[in-house]
Amino acid sequence: MNIIKFLDEFTSDNLINTASSRRDMFGTFGNMGKKAAIAAIPFGLGALSSKAKAATTASMFFDHEAPLQLALTLEYLEAEFYLKALDSGVIARAGGANAMKAEAIYAQISKHESAHVSFLQDTLGEDSIESPTFDFTAGGTFDPFNENGIGDDMAYAQLLALAQAFEDTGVRAYKGQAGNLMGLAEGAYLTAALQIHSVEARHASEIRRLRGLDGWITANERGAGIPAEAQAVYDGEENTTHGGVDVTTLGSGSPFSMEASTQAYDEPMSGDTATAIASLFIAS
Amino acid sequence: MKNKEIKVITPRPSKGKDRRQFLKLSGMAIAGSGLLLACNDDDDMGNVMPPDATFDLGSGDRGVLNYAYALEQLEAEFYTRVVNGSYYSGASMEEKKLMEDLYNHEVNHREFFKAALNATFSADLVLPATLEFDFGDVDFNNRDSVLTTAQLLEDTGVSAYNGAGKLIETADYLVIAGKIVSVEARHAAAIRSIRGGEMDDYALFAGDDVVMASTGLDGALNPSQVIAAAGGFFVTPFTAMELP
Repeated sequence: MNIIKFLDEFTSDNLINTASSRRDMFGTFGNMGKKAAIAAIPFGLGALSSKAKAATTASMFFDHEAPLQLALTLEYLEAEFYLKALDSGVIARAGGANAMKAEAIYAQISKHESAHVSFLQDTLGEDSIESPTFDFTAGGTFDPFNENGIGDDMAYAQLLALAQAFEDTGVRAYKGQAGNLMGLAEGAYLTAALQIHSVEARHASEIRRLRGLDGWITANERGAGIPAEAQAVYDGEENTTHGGVDVTTLGSGSPFSMEASTQAYDEPMSGDTATAIASLFIAS
Repeated sequence: MKNKEIKVITPRPSKGKDRRQFLKLSGMAIAGSGLLLACNDDDDMGNVMPPDATFDLGSGDRGVLNYAYALEQLEAEFYTRVVNGSYYSGASMEEKKLMEDLYNHEVNHREFFKAALNATFSADLVLPATLEFDFGDVDFNNRDSVLTTAQLLEDTGVSAYNGAGKLIETADYLVIAGKIVSVEARHAAAIRSIRGGEMDDYALFAGDDVVMASTGLDGALNPSQVIAAAGGFFVTPFTAMELP
């Protein structure tokens, strides 16, 4: 199935925006002076947010399919991103003293993301959606592989920032789909999704540390060097109440500070939001 | 065998060999010893109560939450001993900050499970808050000993939550477990990253020893496997008769 057909069937208002309208929404990214709005997305995949909606809008899917197709879409994106990053030579040229380390990290992550694609394709079988055509410039906003002359140093900074945004999004997106996989096939889909979810979290931690940040997310902070337009990736991470328990009230001292209380829990992301973020990088 | 009963009896006080075996665990391998795995094939017995005062984790959501509470008590106690000492010899500022973060997060997790369990179940159905631990051979003054143990605790925690997800019956609890497991995975990667940097093994943060290279999948273990692996640290006995 074509990705656009898939997205179209799940689009709440049947609105697939064009590349140009996507470009219009972009704000500035870092020093580029161009635009990238990961936050404001005009359409969402309402159907992916709940099984009930999926059942009414696309009865052709089995219960596990919508969550896993979303997962496959995100894995396609990540897998291609890391392959292109490694092929570009940007890390070797701009990584400086960290180049060897960064290349090894990207290679290990690349291996996992490609394996995730294969694993999900095997799981979904012939129903697997095809890979979209990705545009990692997001309509000319970024140049992470230095294909358009931004220069290796800026490309490297973007290449790291995009990796962080993709990994932190991946963690939240898998978490957001866990409930939709409950009870199916005696938990087989859920367990596999959780096994991918924690690998995405390992990746996120390492990329963040490579960028000089903590491996975990404090409040809804993006961290240095991530543009404000990527705030959607982190919105909601500041939550401190879980199952009705506000964890800042459970004691005194450093473990219950706002900082530690938000770091200690990652928050889920809806299918709508995850799709909206991925869609910025989907050309067709 | 439908209902496998796992009875954990941890001999006290010190079984260095068992902990060494635990420390040899890498990801999915299981080395159980120092505790008794008692399987009961009988499905017909009405009496599944453990002898006298030994606490059983229970089944379903309660069983999983008690199980998580036990693991979080273990992790919190470990980091409490790290930060309440003078850390380990040669700890850099960055590493002290890292250990303090892990301490903060694990203590928070522990207190969350205590609060969540007590809000839902009567006190006699909640794992005691005062489990005792014996870290035996771990040298809290030795950097390698602390970091190696931290890595194994975090990796084991990840596999434990991954394996327990399918046992959870309430979606809200599943999401909460998901909120915690990814932070455990972030911890594991950070510890591994520090250790890997010194070995020029820059892939160790998600190394092939813990993430299967062919599938890209992390570990997932049943409670009985995890309890067998970490059992050497638990001094206070408890059972997990109704968990797989």
